[in-house]
Amino acid sequence: MENNFLFKPGHTACAGCGQAIAARLVIDAAGANTIVVNNTGCLEVFSTKYPETAWGVPWIHSLFENSAAVASGVEAALIYLGKKATTNVIAQGGDGSTADIGLQALSGMFERGHDILYVCYDNEAYMNTGVQRSGLTPFDTNTTTSPSGKQSTGNLRPKKPMPEIAVAHGIPYVATASAGFVQDLQRKVKKAISIKGPKYIQVHVPCPLGWRHETNQTTPVAKLAVETGLYPLIEYESGVLTNRRQITPKPVEEYLKTQGRFKHLLNNPEEIKKIQEVADNNIRKYNLKAEA
Amino acid sequence: MFGPLTVKPSKSKGDKTGSWRVQSRPHYLQKNCIACRMCLLACPEGCVYGKEKNTFGVDFNFCKGCGVCADICPKKDIEMVPEESKTEDK
Amino acid sequence: MKEFVEGSHAIAEIVKLCKPGVISAYPITPQTHIVEDLAQMVADGALNSQFVNVESEHSAASVVLGASATGVRAYTATSSQGLFYMAEVVFNIAGMRLPVVMTCANRAISAPINIWNDQQDSISLRDAGWVQIYAEDNQEAVDFHLIAYRLAEDKRVMLPVMACMDGFILTHGMETLDMPEQEKVDKFLPVYKPLYKLDTENPITMGILADPDYYMEARYAIQDTMKDVLDYLPEISKEFNSVFGRDYKDMLVEEYKTDDADKVIVAMGSVCGTIKEVVDAQRAKGKKVGLLRIISFRPFPYARVYEALKNVSKIAVLDKSVSLGAYAPIAVEMKAAFYGKKKAPKVISSFVAGLGGRDITLETVQEILRRLGTKEVNSDFIDLKPELLKEEYGE
Repeated sequence: MENNFLFKPGHTACAGCGQAIAARLVIDAAGANTIVVNNTGCLEVFSTKYPETAWGVPWIHSLFENSAAVASGVEAALIYLGKKATTNVIAQGGDGSTADIGLQALSGMFERGHDILYVCYDNEAYMNTGVQRSGLTPFDTNTTTSPSGKQSTGNLRPKKPMPEIAVAHGIPYVATASAGFVQDLQRKVKKAISIKGPKYIQVHVPCPLGWRHETNQTTPVAKLAVETGLYPLIEYESGVLTNRRQITPKPVEEYLKTQGRFKHLLNNPEEIKKIQEVADNNIRKYNLKAEA
Repeated sequence: MFGPLTVKPSKSKGDKTGSWRVQSRPHYLQKNCIACRMCLLACPEGCVYGKEKNTFGVDFNFCKGCGVCADICPKKDIEMVPEESKTEDK
Repeated sequence: MKEFVEGSHAIAEIVKLCKPGVISAYPITPQTHIVEDLAQMVADGALNSQFVNVESEHSAASVVLGASATGVRAYTATSSQGLFYMAEVVFNIAGMRLPVVMTCANRAISAPINIWNDQQDSISLRDAGWVQIYAEDNQEAVDFHLIAYRLAEDKRVMLPVMACMDGFILTHGMETLDMPEQEKVDKFLPVYKPLYKLDTENPITMGILADPDYYMEARYAIQDTMKDVLDYLPEISKEFNSVFGRDYKDMLVEEYKTDDADKVIVAMGSVCGTIKEVVDAQRAKGKKVGLLRIISFRPFPYARVYEALKNVSKIAVLDKSVSLGAYAPIAVEMKAAFYGKKKAPKVISSFVAGLGGRDITLETVQEILRRLGTKEVNSDFIDLKPELLKEEYGE
């Protein structure tokens, strides 16, 4: 396939995998002069099972939580070799490996100012190990370790504000993106790569298996997350919010009803109201509402 | 002595994930295509090819039949048809 | 060039002469002087390295992993808790066959917290796939770092090496050392040419997922290479001797007056200096006593140990570590070296001393020799203070 030699087909992602869409778009936008450092997770597992590899660029996987630190070492080595100016370094991982177990390494990478783009593929749970709850799992979501039940409506806690945590580190570029908006994602990757210093892009990637939706619904589901205000698409440059995708907000129920992981909420107006509040707060905070 | 350690991309052929298709496959009508490339961009496998209008199709060796391309096409120029029909795109 | 210098500073000097491209470490007593000195050298432009101040040891090891994978000579140093925090990465580095060199300034393990010397830290990671060599004094500590890089980067090896030195005793001890010159170091240790690396000119995937069909061979390959290292260490030692004029024989063991000995103590590290004094004193009194110093703990030189001690009737193994609930680590290896052999010592007794930095004195060593009798003892703790021990918990 001449189109996508940087990330080839023949990998074993689930049909309709949002992360597969995003990962390929990221490396295609970054180009061949890129070294990728990957955390353990779905992407690593489905793309590099020996003797296969989907990656046409230099690629390394070490452990679950340390891609930001390994990438820091790659970057330092490239500087030593005098090659950093012509080589991009991308560190990437899922929401769990980024915001939970990998937060320390990521924070260190940000603080030290390495010239690395960090991409977080946010499918809102530890998908590779079986859909367990992570720090980026949204409020009231049904996961295997925050299940809905007779005494629970799912995950008790709000989504960790990972983009804001990145901004608070004072890094030059932070953005959110979505597998439902493919050109926007590539634009943001290209922009990030052109900036020197640590960059963070968090991509919302639907998981048909973990979110319980049909494989062909990946794009519409991702779009609805954005269009309800639950997943704002924003850009921060040098700590200032410079761009947001404006929406004509749809009620959150339209998004919730597309996925089995929210099924338990559909006859629970009280909980839906709480989730609507989350969306409304986002809309207010980021000024998402499009002018009439 | 060395065992399995690294993989060269040229040495990797990829699994023939086309064998995963059991229900449906995409049929590219190649009639009203505007070459927006959305199908090519959004395919999780990256197995969609094409350049000019009405030249787009998939490599059935790898297509898993997820249907994302058919869903995303703004011209509805891609249909999901039963796998048994084995229509081959031009 | 002769210098009277603190051990840590000497290590920083030799690391500088090895010209690592990337250094990354996290401070922990008693390794701190090494990395502080290296930082100063970089700050003064005396060392052209990328010095990465990380936020934890796990990241320090990850940084050197990434740097080594990019084809650059990398260095880190740690002790005790730091080594344990990076343990996951330590196993990963060996599994990925990256020739990183690490100084382990041996220190006791929490809990209770204790910053003084014993060998529990590196010994606890003996399964990791790193070559482990233990220095008796600071000259060895310096020389072993050169040998470590030379061995690690050998295309037949490509395994990381842990150069172990007793914390405080060696790191903060001052000795007169013969510090090598840059030209000789360059002669002995060529520029690192990696077998595989992350390079956009020649992309590869590193850090594979190996399912049951592939994993075992990856691990077997390391075991096989470790066996070969038993032959490469003597080879490299010979090379070292020809360049620097110091002979470490086979770099596996040191036989000190063991030829006709009835009793031999087996030990590792700086305590051997003390033991040698006791051996000399005993010999002066006509007692046939000797010391077998283990230099390479991994790979463990079973055949070499057997050859050295097969005619000795009583062996006292001194461990500065424990394997709680089982026989002590070096003692276990010693027993394995002789099991099933026709010639073997009648008694291999195991003694534990010096934990948490408790001083091992001449008297301690003499006590061990006294307790080395016809009846075998196992994990006999020397210099224990019974008044601190109670059967029941109480203030």
